[in-house]
Formats: sequence, C-alpha cells, structure tokens
Amino acid sequence: MNIELITFFIFSFLLIFTCLKVVTSSNPVLSAVNLVFSFFLSAVLWLLLGAEFLSIILILVYVGAVMVLFLFVVMMLDINIAKKSAAYINYLPLGIGIFIAFNAIIIFFFINTFENIDYNAVKNIEIISKSNTENLGYLLFTKYLVEFEIAGLILLLGIISAIVLTYKKNPKNKYQNPTKQISVTKKDRLKVITGLKE
Amino acid sequence: METVFYIAKTLLSILIVVVPLFLIVAYVTYSERKIIGFMQSRMGPMRVGPSGLLQPIADVLKLVSKEIIIPTNANKGIFLTAPMLMLVPSLMVWSVIPLSEYFIISNINAGLLFILALTSLSVYGVILAGWASNSKYAFLGSMRSAAQIIAYEIAMGFALVGVLMLSGSLNLQNIIYAQSGNILSWFWLPLFPLFLIYFIAGVAETNRAPFDVSEGESEIVAGFHVEYSGMAFAMFFLAEYMNLILISILCSIMFFGGWLSPFQGTPIDSYLAFIPGFFWLALKTLIFIFIFLWLRATLPRYRYDQIMRLGWKVFLPITFFWLTIIGIMIYLEYLPL
Repeated sequence: MNIELITFFIFSFLLIFTCLKVVTSSNPVLSAVNLVFSFFLSAVLWLLLGAEFLSIILILVYVGAVMVLFLFVVMMLDINIAKKSAAYINYLPLGIGIFIAFNAIIIFFFINTFENIDYNAVKNIEIISKSNTENLGYLLFTKYLVEFEIAGLILLLGIISAIVLTYKKNPKNKYQNPTKQISVTKKDRLKVITGLKE
Repeated sequence: METVFYIAKTLLSILIVVVPLFLIVAYVTYSERKIIGFMQSRMGPMRVGPSGLLQPIADVLKLVSKEIIIPTNANKGIFLTAPMLMLVPSLMVWSVIPLSEYFIISNINAGLLFILALTSLSVYGVILAGWASNSKYAFLGSMRSAAQIIAYEIAMGFALVGVLMLSGSLNLQNIIYAQSGNILSWFWLPLFPLFLIYFIAGVAETNRAPFDVSEGESEIVAGFHVEYSGMAFAMFFLAEYMNLILISILCSIMFFGGWLSPFQGTPIDSYLAFIPGFFWLALKTLIFIFIFLWLRATLPRYRYDQIMRLGWKVFLPITFFWLTIIGIMIYLEYLPL
C-alpha cells in the first residue's frame, strides 16, 4: 500500500460521511458546515489527482467565499430544527432506489472506461509546461479567450442585476456622504458667540 | 525505509518551524504590551522576571490551567471545533513560506494560491465560534467579522495579482528571485499602492486594531470569543498572533524581497555575504510586526460602515486601476516580465 492510496481511502470515506451528514442532519447550520467539510475533502481528492489549480480554487472560491455567505444567511434564519417527519420515512424507499440506480450507472461507466488503466490524464497534459496552473492559464487566455470573457460578462451581469433588483431608493434612508463630510470647514460647525453678558 | 526517512525529515522540519513560532508568538504578545506601554508612557509588564520577561510564560501557564467553560445552550461540537478551525489553517500556511534561500518545508508551484486559499479558511473559526456560543455579543462579533473578512480578502487577492504579474510565477521562492537586483528592484516600488492596500487589508483580515470591530471590547465585550476560556481562548489568541506574523512575513516576501539582502548591488554587499538570508527576512518581518503594534497604540477603531466603504469603494477600485497601469507598463516594456 502506498501513501497515496491510503490518503485516498481516508479522504473519500470522510467525504462520503460528511455528504451523508449534509442531507441527514436536522440543523441547517450543521448541514452547511458539513458541506464546507465535503468541499474541502473533495479538494484534497483533486490534489491527489494532480489538479492542484482546481483543487486550490475550489477551496478559495467555494469554501472561502461562497460557503461563508451561505453560512451567513443560514445563521441569520430563525432555526427550526426539523423533526424527522412521517414523510421522511415514506420517501425513504424511493430515495434508496434512486441512490442505488444512480450509483449503479456511475460504477458501470467507470469500470467500463477506466478499469485496469494506470493513466492519469491530468498529470500527462503538457502544453507549455508540466504545471497544471500554467497550462490552464495559457489555454484560458489563448484558445478559450472568448468563452472566458463571456463567462466573466455573465457574472458581471449577475452582480448588476442582483443589485438592481434589491436596491430601492427610499427617501427615509439615512446615509452619509463622505465627500461632503471631509469638505466641512471650521466655519460650518463653529459659531463664536460674543456679547452675551449685557 | 526511504518513506520512514522522508516522514522523519518532514516532521523535523515542521518542528523546526512550529516550535520557534509558538515562542515568537509568546514574545510578540510581550513586546506588544511593552511597546504600547512605552507609547502611552507606562512601563508595561514588570513583575514576572527581569523587566517582565517571563510574563508570557506565566500567561501561558495561566491559560493552560484554567477551566474551559462550555455554555449550557452552546452547540458543543462546533463550540470546541471552532478554535481548531481557526488555528490549523494559520499553522498550515507556514509550510510554503520560504524562510531562507535553502529552507522551505514544501516548495510547491502554486504557493501563492495555497496561501490565499488557506488564509480564507480562518473566517470559519470566527463565524462558527460566534454562532456556537449561542450568545448575542458573540454572534454580533462573528457577523461583523464575516462581512469584513470577505470584503478585504478580495482587495488582498487583487493586490497579490500585481505581484503575480511582475514575477510571472506563483512559487514564492521564484517571486523572491524575481526581485533580486538591488533595493529598488524589490516590488514595493512599482507596486507601492498595492503594497499599502495589501498591508492594510492584512490588518483588517487579522481583525486587529483599527479594524477590530469583531472583538470591539468597548461595544460587544470581546466579540466572537466572549464565551471562551482557558485553552480554547488561547487557541484564538495564538491564531490571531500567528496571522499577524504571517501577514508581516508575507509583506516582506511579496514586496520587500524576502530573504534578499538590502545591500545587494552595492559595493559593501560582498562584505555582508556572511549574514544568512533568514536574518534579513526576520528583520523585515519584525519591522512590519512593529507597525502592527504601532497602529494599535495610535488609531481609534473604525466604524463598521466606514470599514465596508473603505474595502469596497476605495481599495478595490485602486487595485483595478493599478493593475491596469502595471499591465500597460509591462506591455510597453517599462517593467521587466
């Protein structure tokens, strides 16, 4: 047994465990925390595969930013800890059926395609260098430049539309205007009162 | 046999970094109290040992021997996990920091990304600690800190893009090599605005004064760690100071040439060649740590909306602007790539 294999089994076992916890735990915050862990663990699996850029970006974007906002929202909610209702039991056979069917398809596919293949497609890409990050950067900015830019524009559009949808200008809202604040002079604030004693 | 040897070697190099790091953290707290004391015309700690030199050790003993109190309605599992989630990423980052020309635990290619990813994890410790304590003050502190850390992380990441553009590498050792030459070829000169933004965002990221609204001892008692005591509190404390040292050392690596000698390229350089690179790195880092402490003694706390405004409306546009300028300068070959 080499170290890579042991690491793989430990982390994939933990990954499956945390994924199950995401679905089964009754507290939404615990679900979100387990989702964070499962993202982290799958990033480790990607790292084992040699895809260091994707794995670090998964941690940076999903764990470091997206899930923080997710947790932020979930924590703000008034948490009603969901009780395991009758519906939970009723749908359990159907869920197990779908689970088995889905896994059967995936396992069938992987055994057919990758059985006895000792070939890591990720590690064998070599376009400008061995480094995964450099290859990806090179491709994104040459061959797939248009797609990359379109994706960026769509994200920008998403940001702007979210702001437009939620931003309401209410005359009652009070806010400060810093440019106005710093241009205040002594004259505006101080008044020297003379001649009170008369 | 070879595997055993490899693991032993890795463990040893981890110990070489981590054990002195804990000691340094202890004495950074001491120097913080001393420096702030002197700035406010006080003596600082004086009782334990000569001029209070043993004070940090006494503090550690006190924290270790204290009871860890868990609030009745706290979520016990997360309450105890949160300090670890805070401490572990800030320890892990040290594995890719080049401490000298020869010493780095793991010289990985995507070092800069690795650092960014791991520093973004420390926010979980704060958020989960605040939520799990089931206390209003702790929750307020963690909410403040979550929004603040996300806001400043973006500016911080963009400031590092400038370093990336000039060095053309994500490897920290290569980033340092790209700065060699003399003191003017270090990245602080072409990236001066980005350096300032990086440092200030780093102060905000570590929740230090003047951005310490998540602790805010005068408004919300102690923020996210108000319910923690003993060793659990000590872990938050350790993580905070470790992050402080980390930001300082990253500043000196990214913008001030890391272990490069400041006399490089001058006639006296050959006489100073006997000084190890680690000395220069430590010197630069200590200067930044001093600035951290200086800021705490000098500036009043920012108001929360001012922090948000500074992060989103001031820092982010400046980084965009400066990155464009750097791009144009590289294109016109004013700057080497």
